[in-house]
Amino acid sequence: MIEINLDKSSVRELNEKLQGGSVGDKFSINNTVGKHALSVGLTTDVDVEINGHVGYYCAGMNQKANIVINGNAGPGLAENMMSGEVRVTGNASQYAAATAHGGLLVIEGDSSSRCGISMKGVNIVVGGNIGHMSAFMAQSGCLVVCGDAGDALGDSIYEAKLYVRGKVKSLGTDCIEKEMRDEHKKELQQLLSQSKMSHGVEEFRRYGSARKLYNFDIDQVDDY
Amino acid sequence: MSKDNPTLIESATFPRHVIAEIQRAAKTGIYDIRGFGAKRDIPTFDDLVFLGASTSRYPLEGYREKCTTEVVLGNRFAKNPIHLKTPITIAGMSFGSLSAQAKESLGRGATIAGTSTTTGDGGMTPEERGHSKTLVYQYLPSRYGMNPDDLRKADAIEIVLGQGAKPGGGGMLLGQKISPRVAQMRNLPEGIDQRSACRHPDWTGPDDLEIKIQELREITNWEKPIYVKVGATRVFYDVTLAVKAGADVVVVDGMQGGTAATQDVFIEHVGIPTLPAVRMAVEALQEMDMHRKVQLIVSGGIRSGADVAKALALGADAVSIGTAALIALGDQSPEFDDEYKAIGSAAGFWDDYQAGNDPAGITTQDPELAKRLDPILGGRRLANYINVLTLELQTLARACGKSHVHNLEPEDMVALTIEAAAMAGVPLAGTDWIPGKGGI
Repeated sequence: MIEINLDKSSVRELNEKLQGGSVGDKFSINNTVGKHALSVGLTTDVDVEINGHVGYYCAGMNQKANIVINGNAGPGLAENMMSGEVRVTGNASQYAAATAHGGLLVIEGDSSSRCGISMKGVNIVVGGNIGHMSAFMAQSGCLVVCGDAGDALGDSIYEAKLYVRGKVKSLGTDCIEKEMRDEHKKELQQLLSQSKMSHGVEEFRRYGSARKLYNFDIDQVDDY
Repeated sequence: MSKDNPTLIESATFPRHVIAEIQRAAKTGIYDIRGFGAKRDIPTFDDLVFLGASTSRYPLEGYREKCTTEVVLGNRFAKNPIHLKTPITIAGMSFGSLSAQAKESLGRGATIAGTSTTTGDGGMTPEERGHSKTLVYQYLPSRYGMNPDDLRKADAIEIVLGQGAKPGGGGMLLGQKISPRVAQMRNLPEGIDQRSACRHPDWTGPDDLEIKIQELREITNWEKPIYVKVGATRVFYDVTLAVKAGADVVVVDGMQGGTAATQDVFIEHVGIPTLPAVRMAVEALQEMDMHRKVQLIVSGGIRSGADVAKALALGADAVSIGTAALIALGDQSPEFDDEYKAIGSAAGFWDDYQAGNDPAGITTQDPELAKRLDPILGGRRLANYINVLTLELQTLARACGKSHVHNLEPEDMVALTIEAAAMAGVPLAGTDWIPGKGGI
């Protein structure tokens, strides 16, 4: 285990070490005190454990690395992640996994507004609730919410799949409830297992795109 | 007044093109979406002239005495600043709005001319990277095709906050241009209208932008210059905030800047012309003592070496060309006039870049049309054009006695109109008067 103390090392030194890691390396990072851009741009299958709260864009653009944050995360957690796995034991702020193309983000607590905004293939599992405008313009991937969803869930959604166990305050434009078919149950079960959530798939409802806004239609203009 | 019948007087309020637009709107129920840039008559660099050297200044000998044009961009924080042979760069234009052949042509032309080209919405194509010695990677709100591997392959990163044709607006790539390849790169179904967001999904203001720039630098080992591009509106404040956020280079795009597809009402009625935008940007940099430390690239309606020289004289470090580059490739060519007419336009008037049926094969994803542009020939034409602009720039700089084009300065120019004098901050010709700044 390689230990990095952010009381003594700069963010630049930290990221240089992590980005230079070899497959199988294990890192432990301490004294984060909400610093920004920690553990960003990793490209290798390394294990990173961050002990403490982190600021903006932690695990940004992650590729292959497995990152665990024992604390809360600031805005833009795992933004544009491509692959690998990021787990937060606490809560996450706005725009978690924004535009992320792949990998798995697990937020054990709550996630604030715009979770999964413009997501492009990532899978997100939230143990608690999510805030308003989550999955806005979500293109592909899955957002699993074990708690409740805030206002305007899935507004202007494309092909992403949303699974919500609790209440949805409101659905956004062009987002509708959809049938839970076997393929969806199987996919959800796999995501719950992978993220170590113990809920049953029968407790969830699925939401997705009505696909009415895919081509601009003047008769749909009142929907905006 | 009609040429054929002098008793027919055309209304200044309702000229024929306005009447035609009302009739079109009534028929279709939707606003006009088009490409190109602003077409209305606005103050431009044409309203400025240079004061060539005479008794009080002496000129440099044309073709004999050196007038250098090299420019370095991004040496504020980046480990690897960009070195260009000419201050004329190629603006960001997307694969999707342009064909792969057009993107390759831009890369080839820029490389021959010793300058940079820029990606656009939708990500980086191998053709473009492979043929561009210096490639700037745009980081856009949509993040279509955004890939950290490509980010690391780029020579610089341009964070796009807005563009001159539509500051405050996003984009729409219409379904007819969403080929399987474009759809795959953008993670969206084929044939749908693809909305490009107007603001970034993971920050909301300049303080956040500073952290975003830090993240991008951390991901790219602090090697790449970071540009911040804004559409020209509140230029003084926007440039100030971009510099404060940590930009190495600021790009200011005036309202004449082109677009692939935007509402006509947006193109013609939002943003300010390039002419005042340059002065405002330079004033912001000077007030922060960052002029020439953070480089300024100006774009929007640059057509000639005279435009380049005037932008540089007002304090810009470089310019970008977009529409003019497409014209150099073959856009608007009389060769295709019959085909332009067949689709309701004419060479020199074509602006339906969004439609995907460009006879010149540039703003299209139709493989048959796209084949019409030979990337080698297109690249050669573009390089020729950039070389001409550079020669014109040097000619004017030498006439003003400058041994480097960056030595051009505002006092080398006067304005032909009161509006241009006020906007550019140079005296009205024959006076010392700069409106708003005193003088007689």
